[in-house]
This record gives sequence, structure tokens and C-alpha cells, in this order.
Amino acid sequence: MIELENVAYSYGGEALLTDMSLSLPAGSFHFLTGPSGAGKTTFLKLCYGALRPTSGALRLFGEDLAAFDRDAVALARRRIGVVHQDCQFLDHLPVIENIALPLSVSGLAAQDQEDNLQELLNWVGLTGRANALPPELSGGERQRAALARALILSPDIILADEPTGNVDWEMSQRLLRLLVELNKMGKTVMIATHDLALIRAAKAQVQARVLRISDGSIQAAGADL
Amino acid sequence: MKAWLDMMRAVLTRDAGADRVVPPAGFTVWLTVFTSGAMAFLTVFALALSLASGRLAESWDNELARSATLRISAPAGQMAEQTAAALKVLEQTPGVASARALSDAEQQALLEPWFGPDLPIDSLPVPQLIEVIETEDGYDSEGLRLRLQAEVPGAVLDEHTRWRRPLIAAAAKLRALGWVSILLIGAATGAMVTLAANAALAANSRVIAVLRLVGATDSYIASAFVRRFTLRTLIGAAGGTLLGLIAVLLMPGAGDAGAFLTGLRFQGLHWIFPFFVPPLAALVAFLATGYAARRVLERLD
Ligand SMILES: Nc1ncnc2c1ncn2[C@@H]1O[C@H](COP(=O)(O)OP(=O)(O)OP(=O)(O)O)[C@@H](O)[C@H]1O
Ligand SMILES: [Mg+2]
Repeated sequence: MIELENVAYSYGGEALLTDMSLSLPAGSFHFLTGPSGAGKTTFLKLCYGALRPTSGALRLFGEDLAAFDRDAVALARRRIGVVHQDCQFLDHLPVIENIALPLSVSGLAAQDQEDNLQELLNWVGLTGRANALPPELSGGERQRAALARALILSPDIILADEPTGNVDWEMSQRLLRLLVELNKMGKTVMIATHDLALIRAAKAQVQARVLRISDGSIQAAGADL
Repeated sequence: MKAWLDMMRAVLTRDAGADRVVPPAGFTVWLTVFTSGAMAFLTVFALALSLASGRLAESWDNELARSATLRISAPAGQMAEQTAAALKVLEQTPGVASARALSDAEQQALLEPWFGPDLPIDSLPVPQLIEVIETEDGYDSEGLRLRLQAEVPGAVLDEHTRWRRPLIAAAAKLRALGWVSILLIGAATGAMVTLAANAALAANSRVIAVLRLVGATDSYIASAFVRRFTLRTLIGAAGGTLLGLIAVLLMPGAGDAGAFLTGLRFQGLHWIFPFFVPPLAALVAFLATGYAARRVLERLD
């Protein structure tokens, strides 16, 4: 699904990520850890084409990202569900319309997906907050709404940046189960998180690999995780 | 080209709900509506002015018909002689296409409105009239006068319509000026919409980032803005055109007595022209916003 070959990235100054080679096969489940500021968010942005490698090659769905124009990136993104670390929403639209936004953007009628939408809202426990505006939500509610939005198009890949950062243990277990469920349906999942307990809980349910970014490079984490 | 077609399709086929992705802009909406309305109003006037000066130039030009009249007043005995001399002079004058002495019957017809049908024209000292038709280039008026003075003492050259010639040129220029004004108004509308669209795009860069995150193409994002500005301009221009038409209607009609202003109303088929103003304004807005949006989206990549 996503392959990196000697990928490096820098925000202009010093290189942040160097020489990363990695392959995320279809149906795999990965965790991404590392100290704050190590480059986890940056890595995910590379994976969904928001940033382009400064050097090296990145292949998305088997095709070289370098050959993607903006429209191609947009189309690829409809197959990648992204939960952004600071959950970006359109603050003037109610939660339910924000969650349905990927449908509207891809030219699908939200009415036809009404069942899907309600089920998803129920899954993330936001049925009662469907008509609230995003600024009125708690941090945890925002994260759950962001996850629902990432899943509405039933994407092949799910990239989640700290999806459980603001929710309680019970809710984080529930979200994890949702992601595990989706993984069992064949979706490729990658979660960036500091939450070691979450990783351990996941390992009990699914074949998950843990990657660790530090000092600009990425390695498989030790067996203690 | 394909990008424009994509956007045109997106603008025309978008469901109303999708327009909501861009937050409402409050009172700046009314600035766009008002400005395009004012521009449309001015366009209607410039249009009326252009068409009226065009008509004026044309009708004056037709009336002019490049003719002049030579009037010969001479004692009865010399009349025939002087008429012949005058015709000879005219024949030799470059720029004179033809010259013809009016018959008694024709002269009588001319005088009839004043003196009735029974005027005994033979017994009255009525001057002999010679109709002079110019060629395209016209004759040298001063030269002809001097020669006539010398050779036909009783002749007076009456160039009754010549004085209008500079006015016709002025009317033609006025018409051109009207069209230039319309072009300028169109360009100013485009510039105004571009500025407004740029401001809206800049104010909504976060919205654009969110839309991109969930897989929106440039056409989708651009059309949300383009549709909005095109509609506002269309509404404003329709209102402005309507008010402009009412104002033009309040002008006196061409039949009323008076001078130049009497013809300012549209005439006949010309009434169609103002109805093109709103769609053309909308087209200008569509192109200007589309261009602005594409540029901003390119920059925000
Ligand atoms: N747009 C940017 N321009 C310049 N530097 C940036 C930009 N975005 C991030 N950085 C820097 O790159 C480094 C990595 O940032 P990144 O967000 O990828 O870290 P992270 O691993 O996700 O951290 P956290 O766990 O706190 O979310 C940080 O030092 C950050 O300051
Ligand atoms: Mg981060």
C-alpha cells in the first residue's frame, strides 16, 4: 500500500527524517511511536501526500508519489482516512456535516449514506452530538468525530495521529476495537501514539508491528512493546 | 481548458448543501452585490449613450446627403445667362458630382407651403435654384465661392448642412467613447471581483486545508468560491440593469421635441442589449474568480 525507499525530509533547515525505507503491506497494522518532535506527524503527512519527500521515493498504492499532481493526490486521499492530530473541522458546520464532508467532496450524496453515517456516529458515541458545532465539542469528542470522518468513505488505509490522546481508557479501548475490526476487514492501519498501554492492548487482539522514530530514522521497536 | 470545463460543470451541477463548505461572509457579500449593481447601472447608460450617438451620427449623415444649393438672384433678363454660367463653373469644379437647375414646377412645389398652389412664379422675381451634389471627397468650398463671385455675380452658395459635419464626427467619437467605457466597466468589474475573491480565499485558508485533507480537488474548492461570486455578481448586475432600464425609460422619447437627449432611450431591437449585461457580468465574475482561485490554490499547495 505504502512503500518508502530512502526517503528523507526536512522543513527547510536540518534534515528531520533521513534515509527511511519501509513497506506497509495491505492489511497490516502498525503503531508509530517516538519522542515528541521526532517526526511522527511529519511521517504520516508524507504517507498521505500532504508533504513530498525531499529525496528518495514514496509509492502510494503502487504508484510513485512524484508523478501525482494535485488532483491525483486528492483522489488518493479519498482512499486514505486521516485523523489529524489537531482534528481539523469546518467550524461553521455541525458535526454530522463535517463527518459527511468526504462524501460531498467525492460527489456522493450524503442521503444515500444516511445509515452508514448513523452507524458510524453510534460507534464513536456521538449520536447525541450530531448537530453540535465542532468548537462546542470536548477534545475527546473532536477526536472521535475526526475518526468517524476518516472512516466514512471506507478507505483502504487509515492513518491516525494520536486518535486516543484525549479520551478515557474505556473510550480508547472502544476506538481501538473499531480499528482492529476494520483491520480484520482488510484495511491497512497505522496509529501514531505515545500510549504504550494502548499498544499492549492492541497486541493482544491483532498482529501489530511497532515502529519507532528517533534521531531521524525509523526502526522496529523492541520486543518489550 | 479542461480545468475550466471541470469547474464550469462543478459550478452548474453542485447541490446546494455543498456550497456551505465555505462559511458565510456577512456584509462583504453586499459589497460585491452593490458594486456589480452599480457597474451594471453604468453599463446600461453607456450602452444607451453609445447607441443614441450612433443613431444621431447616422441620421445626420443621411440628411446631409452631400448636397448644397446655389441660389441665383438676377434681373429677369440675365437669369438664363447667369444660370448657364453657374452650371458651367460647377461642371468644371472638382468634387462636384452633378449640378442641375430646378424646373419652375419644382420651385413652385418648394414654395407652395408658403404661398399656396396658385403662385404665378414666372412673373415674380424668384431666384433660380441649382441643386449641387458633391462627390465622396467634397469640393473646395472657398475656391468655389471665389470663382462664383467673379463669374456669376448673382450667385449665393448655400451649404445648409455642411456645418453639421464636425458634429457628426463628434457623435461618432461619443459612440466609440461609450463602447470604451463599457469595456472599462467590464474590466473594473473583473478587478473588483478578483480582489474580493482573493480576500475570501485568503480568509478561508483553513477551510481549504480541511477540504484538501478529506480529498477535495482544486475544481471542487474553486467552484465553491466561484459559484458564490458568480451568483452575487449576477444578482447585483440584474438589479443594477433593472434600475438602469427604469432610469433610461424616464428619459423623454425620441418623438418629443428637443435636442440630443431625446434619443437616449433604446429603440426597437436595441432593447435586447441591456439584457445581456447581467449574464456577461456573471461571466466576467466566473472567469475572474476562477483565475484567482486557481492561483491561490496553486500557492497554498
Ligand atoms: N511546518 C513546519 N515547519 C517547520 N518545522 C516543522 C513544521 N512542522 C513540524 N515541524 C518541526 O518538525 C519536528 C517534527 O514535528 P512532528 O509534528 O512531525 O513531530 P511529532 O513526532 O508528531 O511530535 P508530537 O509527538 O509532539 O506530535 C518538530 O521539531 C517540529 O517543530
Ligand atoms: Mg505529532
